[in-house]
Amino acid sequence: MMTTWAYIIKRILSSIPILLIVSLISFFLIRLSPVDPLAQLKLNPAISQETIEKETKRLGLDKPIIVQYGLWLKNFLSGNMGYCTDNTKVSTKIKGRIFNTLILSLCVIITSWLIAIPLGVLGAVYYNSLFDKILTILSSVGMAIPSFFFAILMLIFAQKTGWFPIGGLTSVDFSQMSFFEKILDLAKHLILPTFVLTTISLSSLTRQMRANLLDVLNSEYVKFAYAKGLSKSKVIIKHALRNAINPIITLLGFEFAGLLSGAALTEYVFQYPGLGKLILEAVMTSDINLVMASLMIGTIMLIIGNLVSDILLKLTDPRVRV
Amino acid sequence: MAKSNFFKQLKKDRIPYCAFLVLVFLYCFVIFADFFAVNPSNYANRKLAYQPPSNIYIINENNKLTRPYTYNYIKTFNKDTLSIEYKQDRSKKYKIKFFNKGYEYKFLGFIKCNIHLISKPPECNLFLLGADINGHDVYSRLFFGGQISLTIGFLALLISFPIGALYGGISGYLGGRIDKILMRLAEAIMSIPSFYLLIILASILPSNMTSKQRFALITVILAAIGWAGFSRVIRGMVLSIKNQEYIKAIETIGASKKRIILNHILPQTSSYVIIAITLSVPSYILAESGLSFLGLGIQLPDASWGNMLKEAQEFANIVYRPWLLTPGFLIFIAVLSFNVLGDKIRDILDPKMLK
Repeated sequence: MMTTWAYIIKRILSSIPILLIVSLISFFLIRLSPVDPLAQLKLNPAISQETIEKETKRLGLDKPIIVQYGLWLKNFLSGNMGYCTDNTKVSTKIKGRIFNTLILSLCVIITSWLIAIPLGVLGAVYYNSLFDKILTILSSVGMAIPSFFFAILMLIFAQKTGWFPIGGLTSVDFSQMSFFEKILDLAKHLILPTFVLTTISLSSLTRQMRANLLDVLNSEYVKFAYAKGLSKSKVIIKHALRNAINPIITLLGFEFAGLLSGAALTEYVFQYPGLGKLILEAVMTSDINLVMASLMIGTIMLIIGNLVSDILLKLTDPRVRV
Repeated sequence: MAKSNFFKQLKKDRIPYCAFLVLVFLYCFVIFADFFAVNPSNYANRKLAYQPPSNIYIINENNKLTRPYTYNYIKTFNKDTLSIEYKQDRSKKYKIKFFNKGYEYKFLGFIKCNIHLISKPPECNLFLLGADINGHDVYSRLFFGGQISLTIGFLALLISFPIGALYGGISGYLGGRIDKILMRLAEAIMSIPSFYLLIILASILPSNMTSKQRFALITVILAAIGWAGFSRVIRGMVLSIKNQEYIKAIETIGASKKRIILNHILPQTSSYVIIAITLSVPSYILAESGLSFLGLGIQLPDASWGNMLKEAQEFANIVYRPWLLTPGFLIFIAVLSFNVLGDKIRDILDPKMLK
């Protein structure tokens, strides 16, 4: 029998070739585009000729493209991702953004799980009741709202009521606040983006939970538990729910992937300084270094997300094998 | 399953049937866009930027019921508030007629015609849902925008599904090392956050393209992202199909691999493919609208629901000019209908899946 550790190591090793292929695809995709990787740097008068030459050398632009890829990979692995067009280091810029995106994703995942699991359970327990039907309709509605449009509507709401700040992550006077005020301020700014993203990921999660529990409720062992004379709540909470929740854990990885993508537009509308907004800005200013780096970081985060969900699944359900 | 039986089942459930009807209506609006539109698709009157929606009256000053009429707006500059204001010019009424003559267009693309659902005198600026920054008629552009937004998903599916099916079919049937390599590649594409890949692909498009070329390339880009996940599911299905006895029988008669994959294995996946198509159209519609919203998709002067919403990025617009948000509701309705219909189709074709 394989231990959990061996499983984790095997999963990590198997994601290395995937990362390599992704880096190859994105590198060639970006390099084959007609954009000069240093065009923006050259246009910026604040950047010295020296920096440009350093960048040319670092990227190996005078060498064949395979060598360039090798150089890029070596630099990337050693944490050297080059400079942005505004002469700041890519790595410093990305670090803060990763943190912001992670906070937002974590908030969304926690809130959506806390809401979706009870809703899904109720939907399955009261199958085909009025509540269940309304739930099904609501979840279809939630899936159909374009995230950016919903975000815009929420901005209007924030503006009309004045209850929430309009966009951003921190207020203007953030640096002068005390620790608790800071946390309160962050929370205030996080509410609307979290609400938008939660509504969107909630729907599919609720449906999945409902479907899983329905499957489990029809199985023999649940009938047996009823036959034993256990109460309904005990059967559902102690026996059915445990098995129904496993597939949801697999979904965690997918959800994280969807969040990374879906959050980009929401971050953009709310002017939330996350990774999605960063890559959008990078694409729009054709900042090649930044695009490459954030694409790779996004992919790594996605793979880690999948890894975490697989490990969690392994912990909750030891039958799982690679 | 027989077609008539399929519709019977669809009709039984009221909500999915409504969704089906909504989609039929939406596609009718889009096919006969010129008939429903008041102004041609590229009509722009820069002098009337952000004109509010025209009011239509059916009761005149004497409190009597009349034929519908409207007034033009005059733009004035308010010196006190330093803003541009629109006021109705009550000096002249413009009658609005139905099924009457308007601008000339080609019905279904080849029959010359000038009949419109709503027509107005040429000097009347009838903007039923107001105007955008360029003085485009939002109401008319909803129809033309729908032409792009509602078709691009299907076109992308026409590219991505055959590729995904073939890829998954080859990978699953041949197995072994080929399968491993092909699936690693598909997995790699799936591990890139799809929206990141989407915007990067869209941003490397050269800017000097005609709108038709751009439309075609955006379609290809949308397809390039969707095929990988689909191919994985097909592969999984092929793996179980290929062990069935009839495939062994065909193999023993010596049919070629190409023939087995194309004629005998892939057709078995058709009901899944139909379900997957109806359930993936919405994601393509959403992807296009998101892309155009950011200005990376369909470009002006062409309209799409996404790029019409682009103006909603400006905060002043969404607060003072809410009529610019209408395309968002249409995206919502279209996607919702596809989702509801797709769920029903899944239930009908595959009753075992209870999702």
